[in-house]
Amino acid sequence: MITFLVRRFLLAIVTIWLISVASFVIIQLPPGDFVDTYIAQMAASGSQVSAEAANAMRQLYGLDRPMYVQYGKWIVRVVQGDFGESMEWRRPVMEVIGDRLWLTLLLSFAALIITWGLALPIGIYSAVRQYSFGDYAFTLLGFIGIAVPNFLLALGIMYFSFRWFGASVGGLFSAEYTLLPWSLGKVWDLMKHIPLPAVILALGGTAQLVRIMRANLLDELRRPYVVTARAKGLTERRVILKYPVRAALNPFASNIAYLFPYLVSGSVIISIVLGLPTVGPLLVESLISQDMFLAGTIVLLLGVLTVAGTFISDLVLMWVDPRLRRQMD
Amino acid sequence: MRFPFLRRRSTASAAERYATATQLQLTWWRFRRHRLAMVSLVVLVLAYGMAIMADFLTTMDPHDTNAATSYIAPQGIHWRDDNGAFRPYIYGLKGVRDLKTFKLNYTVDTSRKVYLQFLAHNYRWSVLGFESDLHLVGLRNPQRGDGIYLLGTDQLGRDLWSRLMVATRVSLFIGLTGVSISLFLGIVLGGISAIYGGWVDLIVQRLIEVVRSLPTIPLWLGLAAALPSSWSVTQIYFAITIIISLLAWTDLARVVRGKFLSLKEEDFVLAAELAGASQVRIIFRHMLPSFASHIIAAVSLALPAMIISETSLSFLGLGLRPPAISWGVLLQDAQNIQTLALAPWLLSAAVPVIFVILAFNFLGDGLRDAADPYG
Repeated sequence: MITFLVRRFLLAIVTIWLISVASFVIIQLPPGDFVDTYIAQMAASGSQVSAEAANAMRQLYGLDRPMYVQYGKWIVRVVQGDFGESMEWRRPVMEVIGDRLWLTLLLSFAALIITWGLALPIGIYSAVRQYSFGDYAFTLLGFIGIAVPNFLLALGIMYFSFRWFGASVGGLFSAEYTLLPWSLGKVWDLMKHIPLPAVILALGGTAQLVRIMRANLLDELRRPYVVTARAKGLTERRVILKYPVRAALNPFASNIAYLFPYLVSGSVIISIVLGLPTVGPLLVESLISQDMFLAGTIVLLLGVLTVAGTFISDLVLMWVDPRLRRQMD
Repeated sequence: MRFPFLRRRSTASAAERYATATQLQLTWWRFRRHRLAMVSLVVLVLAYGMAIMADFLTTMDPHDTNAATSYIAPQGIHWRDDNGAFRPYIYGLKGVRDLKTFKLNYTVDTSRKVYLQFLAHNYRWSVLGFESDLHLVGLRNPQRGDGIYLLGTDQLGRDLWSRLMVATRVSLFIGLTGVSISLFLGIVLGGISAIYGGWVDLIVQRLIEVVRSLPTIPLWLGLAAALPSSWSVTQIYFAITIIISLLAWTDLARVVRGKFLSLKEEDFVLAAELAGASQVRIIFRHMLPSFASHIIAAVSLALPAMIISETSLSFLGLGLRPPAISWGVLLQDAQNIQTLALAPWLLSAAVPVIFVILAFNFLGDGLRDAADPYG
């Protein structure tokens, strides 16, 4: 088990390193270095940057050195918590991002909980009542969940709520709370707003998980030990819940590592459609205006937090599922 | 043994046919019984057919802007004339000058009929060197501002139906190109991983795990935004395709590796080895045919993911950029909820997206079930 943990941990480190390289590439890719961009921006707003100042900046950021040295300097500063300045906002990147990062994670996590909360009972129902009306209905819903990209779903819901109720369903806070500092009332307001986007986000993953759960449980239900359990006179409920369901739970455990990144990805897009104050809209804005430090930092932080979240969920699942611990040895 | 798919033939020849059929034939016979998958196959063949003939099916120049015809509601075709004869027509448009802004706006004029003509000449188009000005339908004697707006027009007065046709071609083929690249990567890396094993396998497996745990959309967005704005439409198209497929090959690699590993243990592979067949011959002559159908199934499940990726990227304004037209580019216009309430037909590009993705999913499911013909 220790070897497994170490392996997972090393893998997480490698992933984070890859993400940091990708973020650095994103920061570097636009033509010219960012001092050029900075000078152009200053010129556009009427102020001048002298050649010495520009050179000093280049030296400070090591832009006159080879690429890997630049990466090294950048990563050292990042590890110290200095992510640079947003050119668009003229403020430190972390200040611009603010609460958005945590709201993104909260939304993704809520979607994860909903995915599980829906997929488990629906999967069990569909398998136990195979070919019933409910099974067909859920299968149909599931296919729609897979086929409709979540941004289209968000768009559709926005449109119909606008048509029928004349109100926008977007946002994570009511108007009166948006600018207020955190308070219990604001947290409650957030709790009221988060279910809708979380459900939209969760639907695609839920549909896939239901199908896997259904198939696995059907396989389990045909096994002789189920017949034995029935023959011994256990109640139907106990027969199903005690063994086959627990055995069929495997996909929940093995899929989480891929479900969470998928949800974080999806949250970026639906946040833009629904106007949620997560990092999604900020990322797209910063990319369009080529505010590269901001964009690179968001990609980096999202990636790192995703990897960390996946790692933690692995630990939790191992703690919960004894079979997983066994497999690792 | 029963052969339900050969019921009409005599049993002796059926058994013979079953015994001598190739793997792909067996898969096809099983697949044919999957009704939903067959319907999906037909839908997809039609969709790709439309995509290939996109220009022929357009009614207006998809790039032609006209501020005066902005946001015209979808126009229905009236098939029969007043006397009941088959003579399709649409109502013409009449220009009304707004007395406040002095802008010319077109509205539907129900007093004037414009008759349709099949195989009409309109703007010139060319595809892969093939050039023509022939279109399926056109107007017989149009006046200024007249047009066939089957799905209405957008803000710039461009015909949505024609744009949708061209967009279908772009989006469907970006999926195919992307999947080809992913498939190549998947087969090479998955195959190498399975054949060599050991530390090669270890590295490829870890690489797959790493790629799969990346949050893809932020990365795509970042890479796509970094493409130089000076690039041509074609360059952007290929760059986007490559970006999408670089992160999507992992599932295919896993399928290929899994199949390779399980087939390695099969008796017929051992038999071929004992008979002295070379490694290359065993792979291509014996192993590849028996998992080709699995790969086709995996591909048809990977395609919709590709199409959604492109659509999402373009929808956010970071994928294909105008003047390129794709489903995502069209849906970008539908982002603003106020505009959408005014012109809901802007959302029409969502319909083919959903149908094609659904069809690919059903097709993939059917193929996956059929891929084990001896099962």
